[in-house]
Amino acid sequence: MLKTFSLGGIHPAENKLSASSAIQVLPIPETVSIPISQHIGAPATPIVKKNDEVKVGQLIAKSSGFVSANIHSSVSGTVFKVDEIMDASGFRKTSIIIKVDGDKWMETIDRSEDLVKEISASKEEIIKKIAEAGIVGLGGATFPAHVKLSVPPGKTAEVLIINAVECEPYLTSDHRVMLEKGDEVLVGTQILMKALGVDRAIVGIENNKPDAIAHLTKLAVNYQGIEICPLKTQYPQGGEKQLISAIIKREIPSGALPIEVGAVVQNVGSALAVYEAIQKNKPLFERVATITGKSLKNPSNWRFRIGTPVKDLIDAAGGLPEDTGKIIGGGPMMGKALTTVDVPLTKGSSGLLLLPREEAARKESKPCIRCGKCVSVCPMGLEPFLLMVLADKKEYDRLESDAVMDCIECGSCSFTCPANRPLLDYIRLGKGKVGQIMRSRK
Amino acid sequence: MSIIVITILALCAIGVTAAIILFFVAQKFKVYEDPRIDEVEEALPAANCGGCGYPGCRGFAEALVKADDISKMNCPVGGVSVMSQVGSILGHEISASEPTVAVVRCNGTCENRPKTNQYDGAPSCTIAASLYSGETGCQFGCLGLGECVDACNFDAMYMDKETGLPVIIEDKCVSCGACVKACPNNIIELRKKGPKSRRVFVSCVNKDKGAIAKKACDVACIGCGKCVKECPFDAITLENNLAYIDYNKCKLCRKCVVVCPTNAIHELNFPPRKETPAGKSTATSVKPVVAPKAEVKAEEAPKTEPTANDETTENK
Repeated sequence: MLKTFSLGGIHPAENKLSASSAIQVLPIPETVSIPISQHIGAPATPIVKKNDEVKVGQLIAKSSGFVSANIHSSVSGTVFKVDEIMDASGFRKTSIIIKVDGDKWMETIDRSEDLVKEISASKEEIIKKIAEAGIVGLGGATFPAHVKLSVPPGKTAEVLIINAVECEPYLTSDHRVMLEKGDEVLVGTQILMKALGVDRAIVGIENNKPDAIAHLTKLAVNYQGIEICPLKTQYPQGGEKQLISAIIKREIPSGALPIEVGAVVQNVGSALAVYEAIQKNKPLFERVATITGKSLKNPSNWRFRIGTPVKDLIDAAGGLPEDTGKIIGGGPMMGKALTTVDVPLTKGSSGLLLLPREEAARKESKPCIRCGKCVSVCPMGLEPFLLMVLADKKEYDRLESDAVMDCIECGSCSFTCPANRPLLDYIRLGKGKVGQIMRSRK
Repeated sequence: MSIIVITILALCAIGVTAAIILFFVAQKFKVYEDPRIDEVEEALPAANCGGCGYPGCRGFAEALVKADDISKMNCPVGGVSVMSQVGSILGHEISASEPTVAVVRCNGTCENRPKTNQYDGAPSCTIAASLYSGETGCQFGCLGLGECVDACNFDAMYMDKETGLPVIIEDKCVSCGACVKACPNNIIELRKKGPKSRRVFVSCVNKDKGAIAKKACDVACIGCGKCVKECPFDAITLENNLAYIDYNKCKLCRKCVVVCPTNAIHELNFPPRKETPAGKSTATSVKPVVAPKAEVKAEEAPKTEPTANDETTENK
């Protein structure tokens, strides 16, 4: 019996169409637009201005607080302007637009492909360098990595969990990273272990990726303290709280962080980025994303420079299919539909999903029949049908006492609702309002 | 026989004793309530809309009776007549406050403001606004999902199917402000009703730079400042590329309406001008005359149809 989390969960059709397609390198575009807010927390402050020359890997926007992240240029060329453009969030936000000229990298970056196993940096150096390299959680939530690694006083980390679950249907970028960069990921894991001062790390992989499990299990023999843990395929196992529940059977109290139970979770993509930052001195300016969809000619995985327009990635995969109804940034469960194909790919872009029209359209919402399916699939043990009504009726006090803030926005409730009710839309609205109220109370 | 007499007497005795006790208890724990509260409540329209800022008419009546100065308090539904009645009950002088009316400050009709994508999320303006900047290139304008209409308790609003914008029925609007609170983009404003309901206002809330605003919507305020220069009464201010007319300073001369290059300034309920300048609005309704537009690029981009949100409920 394989491990999985204890409460709720669903198993949507996996549709991992691009799983066997090796990572390709996306050509550098003519211009890139790099948003200064690609992470959770305060937007970075631009430190370049119009007509400045920049190189690949050069710092162009500085972290503006503890929970914030540096942003580096992904190309070499000239800064065209710093202006507001539409980004994947659906709002106009400040971005640095760079006209590309050649591909000149910073001299400090080691561009060789050799695997460097020896970890020479000290604990403090590692955390400092991760912060400098602007590494954020690459699973999609984009939480700055150095914040998670800075264990608050009074708490101790016991175990590092590497999130290689990739529970979102369709997406395969983490899967390919494990197969093609297995050693780098494991060295990255050891670096993270050193930064946290733990001697145990567990890599959680769902059993719909047997080749990745076999590959990493074989490699892990050479790395002390790293275990590979196969997990039953179940959405949303990639949620931090669900993964901890699945692997070490501990439950995080409401409102608390994983460190409360002695665990720190990092994404497998982040482990690779950490490896590159520490061993190769390379800041985070490129990553791997999946482009996929049933009508798409060539579902595949690509390594792209941050700031590349979505359009380029679609063209590389064979162009936009005629019947496209929605373009979703991220996976089908938690991703967000894009409004145009001109928005840039960012640190948080783990995939791009082109949904055919008939699958994309929402079905008509009908009245709730109190069947309780949403309650039984909620991985946080909430009552989505009730929260929706409370949010609609603006009953914010009750929303708060019914733990709306615990919702991880996985969308299992909306997915499973037989009446097609927009449960998560309203819960998210309520969460936003309750969050505001709670902040104003402080 | 005697049993019946004894029973009746006993019950009477208990009743009298209880009545005496209750009389003294009622005296002791009596709660004094100002009788004027009832009188004032009687005078109020009993709409319980909350437009005054208090929980219903009773709440407002209590507040009115308690207050020393009621000149700042106003019942938007009843207006001056009700307030003067209240004033006479409470012995206050009531100076006539200017009646106000809700005004929709967006003219982004389907024609003026072509759609660039299609939203199919939950039918709520607040949710749409929290997800993204809307179906058009303008991120400030009306989202067209009608949350304001739902909020209106007086049937004073409806969504115009053709324009996709809310319309306020002036005669029914009591200026309670419910729609103003409901709108996540702050498009609706309570403005002075004006003599003969004549009003001049900027029907746009777009704060983008001129070129971006104009590209998104034909009738957007582009922040050119012509109206500011034209206004002889300093009633117009320009902030964040957006003009705003202060209704207390505006003398309704309509000079700004003529100079506006995008027809973003509207005049309502004015008689037609004597020499009608070509292409300018002589609007007597909410819909102004719109400069003919070359073509609406509605079908331009099938690629950009996506909508606001996630979960694809596919069952395979």
